[in-house]
Amino acid sequence: MTPQEIAAKLKARFGEAISDLKEAPPSDPFISIQSLRVKDVAAFLRSDPDLEFDYLMCLSGMDYNNGNLGVVYNLYSMTKRHKLTLRVEVPKADPKVPSVESIWRTADWHEREAYDLVGIVFAGHPDLRRILCPYDWEGHPLQKDYKVPEFYQGMKVPY
Amino acid sequence: MEELLRSFFDIDILVFAVIAIVPLLWVLPYALFAVWLERKVAAHMQDRLGPMRVGGWHGWAQTIADILKLIQKEDIVPTLADKKLHFLAPLVVFIGSYAAFAALPFSSAYVGSHVNVGVFYILAVSSLAVVGLLMAGWASNNKWSLFGAMRSVAQIISYEIPTALAILCVVVIAGTLDLQEINRMQTGWFWEWFVFKKFPFVFVAFIIFFVSSLAETNRTPFDIPEAESELVAGYHTEYTGMKFALFFLAEYGNMFLVSAVASSLFLGGWNSPFGDFMSGPIWGVFWFLSKGMFFVFVQIWLRWTLPRLRVDQLMHVSWKVLTPWSFVCLLAIGFWTVLGG
Amino acid sequence: MAQIETIESQKTSIGKTVRTEEMIINMGPQHPSTHGVLRLELVVDGEIVVEVIPHIGYLHRCFEKHAESMANYQQVIPYCDRLDYISSMSMDWAYAMAVEKMLGIKIPERVEYIRVVMAELQRIASHLIALGTYGLDVGAFTPFLYCFRDRERILDLFEMTCGARLLYNYIWVGGVSHDLPPGFVEKARDFCRYFRPSLKEINDLLTYNKIFIERTADVGILPADVAINYACSGPMLRASGVNFDLRRDDPYSVYDRLDWEVQIGKGDVGTVGDCWDRYMVRVREMEQSAAIIEQALEQLPSGDVSAAIPKRIRPPVCDVYVRSESPRGEIGFYVVSDGTGSPFRVKARSPAFVNLSVLPEICKGYMIADLVAIVGSVDIVLGEVDR
Repeated sequence: MTPQEIAAKLKARFGEAISDLKEAPPSDPFISIQSLRVKDVAAFLRSDPDLEFDYLMCLSGMDYNNGNLGVVYNLYSMTKRHKLTLRVEVPKADPKVPSVESIWRTADWHEREAYDLVGIVFAGHPDLRRILCPYDWEGHPLQKDYKVPEFYQGMKVPY
Repeated sequence: MEELLRSFFDIDILVFAVIAIVPLLWVLPYALFAVWLERKVAAHMQDRLGPMRVGGWHGWAQTIADILKLIQKEDIVPTLADKKLHFLAPLVVFIGSYAAFAALPFSSAYVGSHVNVGVFYILAVSSLAVVGLLMAGWASNNKWSLFGAMRSVAQIISYEIPTALAILCVVVIAGTLDLQEINRMQTGWFWEWFVFKKFPFVFVAFIIFFVSSLAETNRTPFDIPEAESELVAGYHTEYTGMKFALFFLAEYGNMFLVSAVASSLFLGGWNSPFGDFMSGPIWGVFWFLSKGMFFVFVQIWLRWTLPRLRVDQLMHVSWKVLTPWSFVCLLAIGFWTVLGG
Repeated sequence: MAQIETIESQKTSIGKTVRTEEMIINMGPQHPSTHGVLRLELVVDGEIVVEVIPHIGYLHRCFEKHAESMANYQQVIPYCDRLDYISSMSMDWAYAMAVEKMLGIKIPERVEYIRVVMAELQRIASHLIALGTYGLDVGAFTPFLYCFRDRERILDLFEMTCGARLLYNYIWVGGVSHDLPPGFVEKARDFCRYFRPSLKEINDLLTYNKIFIERTADVGILPADVAINYACSGPMLRASGVNFDLRRDDPYSVYDRLDWEVQIGKGDVGTVGDCWDRYMVRVREMEQSAAIIEQALEQLPSGDVSAAIPKRIRPPVCDVYVRSESPRGEIGFYVVSDGTGSPFRVKARSPAFVNLSVLPEICKGYMIADLVAIVGSVDIVLGEVDR
């Protein structure tokens, strides 16, 4: 299926929670979703027999530098061989996104990384702790306004 | 040998001291040589060269340099380790390996201690090393060392059974436990050696003995107690300096011990394979040591060729393969001896 | 309207209580078999592993933050090298493809073929390390040396071309840094001719060795549906029986003009998806790579390799996700541009990171020795797991 057909199907099902397909080559075409409906959309994308998105290629945490954080999902279907990109934006003050770990198990570590580096809190994740930084690190390094702390546990942080 | 010494001086304690020192005079240079040999054989099998510099010709003095380095190392004992056990463990392991040299007949004229239960004595004393390994693993206060020690105890105890049964096969034929006597019975050309008697049962017993002795000495493919890629270094992880050197000395001593026992029991010991040609008390030493060294070489060869067995597979090989087959051999040899003589 | 439940306080590393029969043991960051600084917390019942909790991040070098502070898209390439330092060419290529897609550059044919040759040579080199170290984990010391001897010849080829043996900085956005030196084509052909009998030597020593088969067959079985759910890729996915190869099914560069067989695990000596299958897929892939190199060298056109390298890289405001087949699996770069000369966000989706996440699932019920075999068969490089 082409991205337009997929977008039309999603729009028919979820209505106002789905934005229109944004196409701006050379970007990949993407669809924005409201954060509250992420899990429902994901479940539908996975289970619908025409779509069958069973492979989550990549889940990236984003800091859009305009007061919003976001998550970008790159999906692929092994059986139907089509791709889709989804975007979610949440305000930085309250960055909660439902976890899709129960739908694609690979999201487990990807969401932990997004939480660790960007600061997005995934609701419903069974074990949301830091994965790359030490467990007692403070701050989320990939945010645009991140300042490296002076000291970590009494040791001076270089640079 | 005893008569020779008494002709020089007739003091009991001096004679016995000299007799007791001889195996040590062999074991220490042998260990230095065996470590170098292992490194060179490994290197050539792996398409490289090994030690080349220390001492000039192919790095023959490499082990001496390593021993000198190890002696100078700081002796680190973990804080929570059991100090007494930690200190005693390498000694016990070394004693378990070295004391068995007393009953090895180096030639027709020399046996450290001519006991008439020589074979039994060797089996019993070399089991002492198990206690040492367990002490080492426990005293290190390290879960990985403990793992290594537990596995090693299970392994050595399990493999003693096929070893003992294989030895019994020879004892049934020889009718005696005296190792010097067993050697005397194999005098002649090489077809007089026990390994060719009652063919093929003693031959199978020999194979079983050799494989189980690989497990007794913790060599690959049975080297899980010290499996470097799994347990870091198993039971001797926490040992440094001279204590570590003692463990290594014990391991190489053990290698020679089982090789020597194999050659004594099955391949004629200090007997020349050509009957009277090149035989005699001095030649006996040469034959004994060469046969021993040949099996040491085979052990080294196997280590660098084969991967390592997992612990349950190892137990399977011992209990379900080697032990039944050694029983079969023992029964067959027993029947054959009783019926045929 | 769906409710969002907030999560409770974070779990500590072992959240569950441990019975006295079980022991918590640490296969620590420094360990001869964990292929780098990986910490595995094991809950074991005697020798049986009950649970595995991997802890990563010991090699985190903030690749993504560095990429954002680079003045130029080309300057990120050396950082990409250091992600998976064992297959640097593949990392560079994926990133370069992503930026090239953003810019819409047409790459000259010669460059494409050179890139294919380099990537396939890199695949062989990386698989040789994977196999050699895997033998080492299982206790066979000698195949490691044989694999490295063969790898030296590949590194010689790389050194001839770009001067470096491990971290090449060779594939740039728009082209490659140096053209193939004279004598390269003959030497590469020699290597392919030399390699096939050498592969047979390794096969005789390790692959069909009874002890090796006992250690790896029926161990760490990864079913196909679990593999897809966990987004495993590369040899790990193919060994579970899934016939999927990015070079053929999502083709990029000139792979559609080259002919080779995709290798899948068939459960020859055990179950489909066990460690032996993963190992065997890599062995067979090396042979196929040699065939691809020979074809590419034959079809190599002439041309200027730096013709398409842009002087200034200033992509429009856009974002792309481009993936390619590295020796470990699917390496993807999600690059976001904000219209300036330096990247806004570069996210590296590394295959080892994703493949490693399946470890707690496939390790349950095996012994510690099997765990070592399983971790070895996943073929991780901590550089790209932690970035």
